[in-house]
Amino acid sequence: MFPDEVVQRCETIRGHYPTPKAAMVPVLQVVQGHKGWLDPESQVWVADFLGVTPMEVHEVVTFYPMLYATPMGKHVIHVCRTLSCDFCGAKELWAHLTGKLGVQRNGTTADGRFTLRAAECLASCGTAPAMLLDGERHEDLDLAKVDELLGAVS
Amino acid sequence: MTLKHSKVLSARFDKENSQALAGYREDGGYETFLSVIKQKQPDEVIDIVKRSGLHGRGGAGFSTGTKWSFVPKQTDKPIYLCVNGDESEPGTFKDRQVLEFDPHQLLEGVGITCFAVRAKVCYVYLRVEFAKGIRAVQHAIDEAYAAGLFGQDIDGSGFSLDVHLHTGAGAYICGEETSLLNSIEGARPYPRNKPPFPAVEGLWGCPTVINNVETIANVPHILKHGAEWHAGLGHPEDPGSRLWCVSGHVAKPGWFELETGYPLQELIDGPCGGIRGGKQLKAIIPGGSSSKVLLPDEVRKVTMDTPGIRALGSSLGSAGIIVLDEDTDMVDACLNLMKFYAHESCGQCTPCREGTPWIVKILQRFMDGEGKASDLDLLLDLAENIEGRTVCALADGAMWPLTSIVIKFRHEFEAKIAANQPVGVA
Ligand SMILES: Cc1cc2nc3c(=O)[nH]c(=O)nc-3n(C[C@H](O)[C@H](O)[C@H](O)COP(=O)(O)O)c2cc1C
Ligand code: SF4
Ligand code: FES
Repeated sequence: MFPDEVVQRCETIRGHYPTPKAAMVPVLQVVQGHKGWLDPESQVWVADFLGVTPMEVHEVVTFYPMLYATPMGKHVIHVCRTLSCDFCGAKELWAHLTGKLGVQRNGTTADGRFTLRAAECLASCGTAPAMLLDGERHEDLDLAKVDELLGAVS
Repeated sequence: MTLKHSKVLSARFDKENSQALAGYREDGGYETFLSVIKQKQPDEVIDIVKRSGLHGRGGAGFSTGTKWSFVPKQTDKPIYLCVNGDESEPGTFKDRQVLEFDPHQLLEGVGITCFAVRAKVCYVYLRVEFAKGIRAVQHAIDEAYAAGLFGQDIDGSGFSLDVHLHTGAGAYICGEETSLLNSIEGARPYPRNKPPFPAVEGLWGCPTVINNVETIANVPHILKHGAEWHAGLGHPEDPGSRLWCVSGHVAKPGWFELETGYPLQELIDGPCGGIRGGKQLKAIIPGGSSSKVLLPDEVRKVTMDTPGIRALGSSLGSAGIIVLDEDTDMVDACLNLMKFYAHESCGQCTPCREGTPWIVKILQRFMDGEGKASDLDLLLDLAENIEGRTVCALADGAMWPLTSIVIKFRHEFEAKIAANQPVGVA
């Protein structure tokens, strides 16, 4: 179902633990990195791979915000909305992005390019406002900088 | 007391390629680890760390050496070390600096700690949002293995150690130590009831030590310079050098390494350049968001150490200092934080699962111009029924900012109520 390289990475991770189940989150992340999200078929594959029930996998997938149980756009944006960011520019940043992309929280643009999500504190409070773009951190943002970042990936 | 800048943890951060093993070893890195595993007994190391006065930097501030001494000496089970790098407490961004700028400092601490508590496997738990830190730590682990610093029979000492990086997936609760254990085990990460404490029954029911990144990063320095050296830094009852994080409305936010015991006001006025735009200070949340808010006259007299901050009824927590200026709407700030806790509640206990969203709804009413005087009592009532009645401390940590803001800024809530009165009604 997955290329050898992906399976090998999962096998290496599984080897780090006395019980295969412990590899759950890191293995789901490898699969998500490959597929973009954790569709039911992939969840069943992970269950087989770790020797657990699909329910045990589903329970984990639905708990964590950074595991995606629904399809995402090609690029995922996470804007920090916790106190230090929100009171130092993130409110304005959020308004700008919802307007520019024409989506609300958790929305995906019509062309499927961007999903906009809110995140809790990203440990960038001293360099607020902050966001992740495809998992990479960007800090000290202003509206021009954000436009530039999105322009560079679209 | 004068402001004491120190460079212990951050001493190498500015160096070019500070992450690389070669430079770390040129600066004497891993010499302490190698001499400890060849020349010391595990219990001697625990004793040194106990006498150093090091307390945990993750939030609870427990004595590190004492925690290590709870691991059973006679056990046929494997012993584990987990390094807590979930760093998600709002206002906190210190561990990240260690991970990104000097990961070998952390790994040397891991080596010494594992030797002391007789652990043969360590999991370094990092939040997945730390892409850069994850790359730096994974590279450092690979380098350490390649150099024979980790693995079997390290440098002929007979001591063996495996270190693995484990990633979280965006949940604040996983920083709570027993949730972290369930997260590593691949279960839904609900916190566990204590006792049993992890030092006795942790990962897979085996003895497990959990320490914060910054705590472990201190360990090589203590073993290198001695318990007395560390005990002499900063405040005698809560010694050490910490990475303080300042965010919010200051001119120059950032992290600052300082010994404990310095005056908070001096930090704000000095290194942080005062309040942004020449404004006045309104409030400071001093120990990550899960601590009680301080008023300007409290800020003026407090020193940053556990005894000093406890005297004001607050806590040092993770040393994340959030500064709010005179223009801040404290009801809005409170709402922002309560949304955080409501979102991050794992849902296991009823008071936390049901109470935190209810509090959000009430605070939202104030913001929407529908707050009532009775809502203020309701908020305090709810807090009383939540605090101390849950499995983990997330709920307590949520009630501290809430109650302190409601009590200390009651007038801001009342002003909102007054403003809502229809014209003509007193
Ligand atoms: C809700 C909650 C979140 C926590 N988050 C963290 C965290 O992100 N990092 C951390 O080191 N400790 C965190 N802690 C504290 C840990 O439970 C634990 O006390 C700490 O990791 C122990 O390490 P230390 O003794 O070195 O401080 C959290 C506690 C609670 C209740
Ligand atoms: S207090 Fe809240 S976060 Fe902690 S275990 Fe209970 S429900 Fe979960
Ligand atoms: S509040 Fe946004 S990074 Fe901490």
